[in-house]
Amino acid sequence: MSIAEGPATNGSKTVRHHDREYQVIGTRPVRHDGADKVTGRAKYGADVRLSGMLHGYVLRSPVAHAKIIAIDTSRAEALPGVRAIVTGADLPEVGDRVAELGEGAVNLRHLSANILAKDKVLYQGHPIAAVAADNIHIAEEAARLIEVQYEELPVVIDVIGAMKPDAAVLNDDVRTVEFGEVVSDEPTNVAEKFLYEQGDPDAAFSSADVVVEREFRTATVHQGYIEPHTSTALWHGDGRCTIWTSTQGAFTVRQQVAELLEIPLTWIKVVPQEIGGGFGGKISVYEQPVAVLLSQKSGRPVKVTMSRTDVFQSTGPTPGSYIRVKIGANRDGKIVAGEAYLAYEAGAYPGSPINPGCMCILACYDIPNARVEGYDVCVNKPRTNAYRAPGSTNAAFAIEAVIDEVADQLNVDKLTFRIDNAAREGTRRPDGVVFPRVGLVECLNVIRESEHYNSPLEGPNRGRGIASGFWFNAGLKSSVTVNVNTDGKVTLVEGSTDIGGTRTSLAMQLAETLGITAEDVQPIVADTDSVGYTDVTGGSRVTLATGMAVYEAGIKIRELMCARAAKIWECDTTDVRYEDDGTISGPGNQSISFKDLAGKIIATGESITASASISAPASSNAFGVHCVDLEVDPDTGKVRILRYTAAQDAGTAIHPAYVEGQMQGGAVQGIGWALNEEYIYNQDGLLTNANFLDYRMPTCFDIPSIETIIVEVPNPDHPYGVRGVGEVPICPPPAALNSALHDAIGVRMQELPMSPPRVLHEILKK
Amino acid sequence: MAKQRVVSTTINGESKSFLCEPRQTLLEVLRDSLDMTGTKEGCSNGNCGACTVLLDGNPVTSCLVLAVECEGSEIETIEGIADQDGLSPIQSAFLENAALQCGICTPGFIMSSKALLRDNPNPTEEEIRFYLAGNLCRCTGYDKIIDAVQDAAQRQSTSCQTTEAS
Repeated sequence: MSIAEGPATNGSKTVRHHDREYQVIGTRPVRHDGADKVTGRAKYGADVRLSGMLHGYVLRSPVAHAKIIAIDTSRAEALPGVRAIVTGADLPEVGDRVAELGEGAVNLRHLSANILAKDKVLYQGHPIAAVAADNIHIAEEAARLIEVQYEELPVVIDVIGAMKPDAAVLNDDVRTVEFGEVVSDEPTNVAEKFLYEQGDPDAAFSSADVVVEREFRTATVHQGYIEPHTSTALWHGDGRCTIWTSTQGAFTVRQQVAELLEIPLTWIKVVPQEIGGGFGGKISVYEQPVAVLLSQKSGRPVKVTMSRTDVFQSTGPTPGSYIRVKIGANRDGKIVAGEAYLAYEAGAYPGSPINPGCMCILACYDIPNARVEGYDVCVNKPRTNAYRAPGSTNAAFAIEAVIDEVADQLNVDKLTFRIDNAAREGTRRPDGVVFPRVGLVECLNVIRESEHYNSPLEGPNRGRGIASGFWFNAGLKSSVTVNVNTDGKVTLVEGSTDIGGTRTSLAMQLAETLGITAEDVQPIVADTDSVGYTDVTGGSRVTLATGMAVYEAGIKIRELMCARAAKIWECDTTDVRYEDDGTISGPGNQSISFKDLAGKIIATGESITASASISAPASSNAFGVHCVDLEVDPDTGKVRILRYTAAQDAGTAIHPAYVEGQMQGGAVQGIGWALNEEYIYNQDGLLTNANFLDYRMPTCFDIPSIETIIVEVPNPDHPYGVRGVGEVPICPPPAALNSALHDAIGVRMQELPMSPPRVLHEILKK
Repeated sequence: MAKQRVVSTTINGESKSFLCEPRQTLLEVLRDSLDMTGTKEGCSNGNCGACTVLLDGNPVTSCLVLAVECEGSEIETIEGIADQDGLSPIQSAFLENAALQCGICTPGFIMSSKALLRDNPNPTEEEIRFYLAGNLCRCTGYDKIIDAVQDAAQRQSTSCQTTEAS
């Protein structure tokens, strides 16, 4: 099958703030791994089959908070077909150490206790023991025969309640840390405090003409990837092991397993399978170390796959939160002061995205006098993990509602108010970062000029809203190797697992650099033994940062090709030039195409290959602005979205269809977060909706088409101007929908989700 | 453990008999016994649609069908969708419209879309969104999937016309 170019989507548009012309970048080739994914041939984590493979089942806590008094596995061990059972006692005592995992650090003792509980369970679904058996049914039956004695403890599931001095404390080793110093004497649920200040906010508030202060709550939500976590491990018997897994980062799995099981890092090979969605939730390890332990104990390969209930109960949701925001502005329409207080649920162990929440909450605005205070708080819920722009969506919901209200009080148009106060090049965030060239104003302007924003919206209970969102985008480390083949094509070996088409967005950047076609590049995602260290597929970083490694390797290939041409032509390398179309030209009007020169490589010397490793700066700064029309059913409180437009600064859209896809997918996740999705707990801390039917993510029937406007303000730190696009589109939707709800029915929601019962409650209060 | 049963079916046009326990689902047998892993497992309780196959022509979530129920049935899975000479129009349309990101839901969407376009060769956007509401996708926001199904409908009607003309 040849790789053809797909069509441009209707209703999408690109607005460029540059005049660079590219040959491959900006086109829409079909993805290299696509045929395998539409035929069912692609091998995802659960598709791994090894001879003699056993199936693992994890026994999980039925209660939210308890001491484990005793675990008796004897009846389970006696069941025919059971080959191994492990508990927390099988994990080495790793001690109170912090490991740097590329994107974020983790306390290893907490990570270990989250893999298999030691002496306490801290949430419903907390793993306690695991069984490997001849098939999954026997393993499940055996797990039911494991007897666990619990001593139940009081449950804390509310973030503010957990901060109170009399709250039950989850971890007796947690003390409050502020600026790296321990500031509490007693064990506490408040693991960390952050504080950022600039200017003189108190003075600025007292002189402001208008001050609005509101408080907000957001519910715990899940990433909701369709593929449950799954891993297969093989203990080779000589201390080495191989893990086939569904992960966002093969190298971070290798490091976590090495640290947790005290295996030399190099003796672990992690083979990343195709991954069925992650959104930040497949970075931390869960079942990987369990599968390794079971394989070690049974002497057989073991596969451990979670059920959907396991995924909801035990893997990284994003935090519920309490946020208070105060904004002061003057009659001239300028914001003079801002203040935010954020408390994020960390779940069972410290580590919520409170710090990014603090850094994002005021980031869309130029606020000279500001104070942001944030708390990381343990509660009896699963340990939280990253979810697409972690911490920022909660924050955007809060700040954007207050911005709307200030604009209304000043009698200024909401969009104009945002443009007048927008962060731009030179704006200093309260956490001290000064923005380089960014594209927020351009995004606000394209929405203001859009057909959608200028179209009439009539009818009762209908409203239009807008909101902005911000995410940093990560840099981090990536490695690639490029091999030139004799048929004129190249193989690109890279370490970034491909969740949404990055094989192709990387191949396109290499093709652009070499002056060949995207189809002439064969991109391969390699295991941890076969490519240099590469950080996770997260932080919107792959097309951005691994793209920089690809560019560098491409430049090296150009130099090697020039050197080879010089050798063939018997001239000086400095007399050979590499043209952008892939032609290599030399003295006396000699020239040779990339393909023809590649055909001469073997006959004329050593093969041509180049590797590059980069550590990219986290400087790309993504902004998005969304506009939504909705209608509220006044009898039920149900919101129907009539029209939705997302604008975003992508820097440069390498593959515009994938950029649109990220914007559309992020927007719809944000819509689900806004209107439906939440972890519903009962008073015992038990999750009552741990399945897709009751958790209710958006279906295609719930939403309209998501129109997109790609704004291109190139990132000055990237050779092709890429900013990274994956995360920021989830930030504006809850705030934009809230803005539209106010326009429709005059209420401002202060709690997520804005589900029918909550909206109806507000309608009836009026 | 209950006694294993022999079940005789036709899968993707070929007769196939397999041994299964009464508690095993069609999904489990397809994936674990017959090594047909193109059908995906997302929830095992019928909510996500990733395991959709056609059972006697009807789209079903194979995680909710017991394998022993399939005696004498015709089953069509993602492995049987491609034409002899390459991808089917629906598969090509998904590929060329960038209608997949992670791809785990794609086999299920393609199976549901096949049933939709058989019953309704020229569906409106609303009809597509209604019919496919049992298939969850968390990556794409559904836009490009809807585009792909519309495109597939067009491709199928063009190829029908070509066949009729010739």
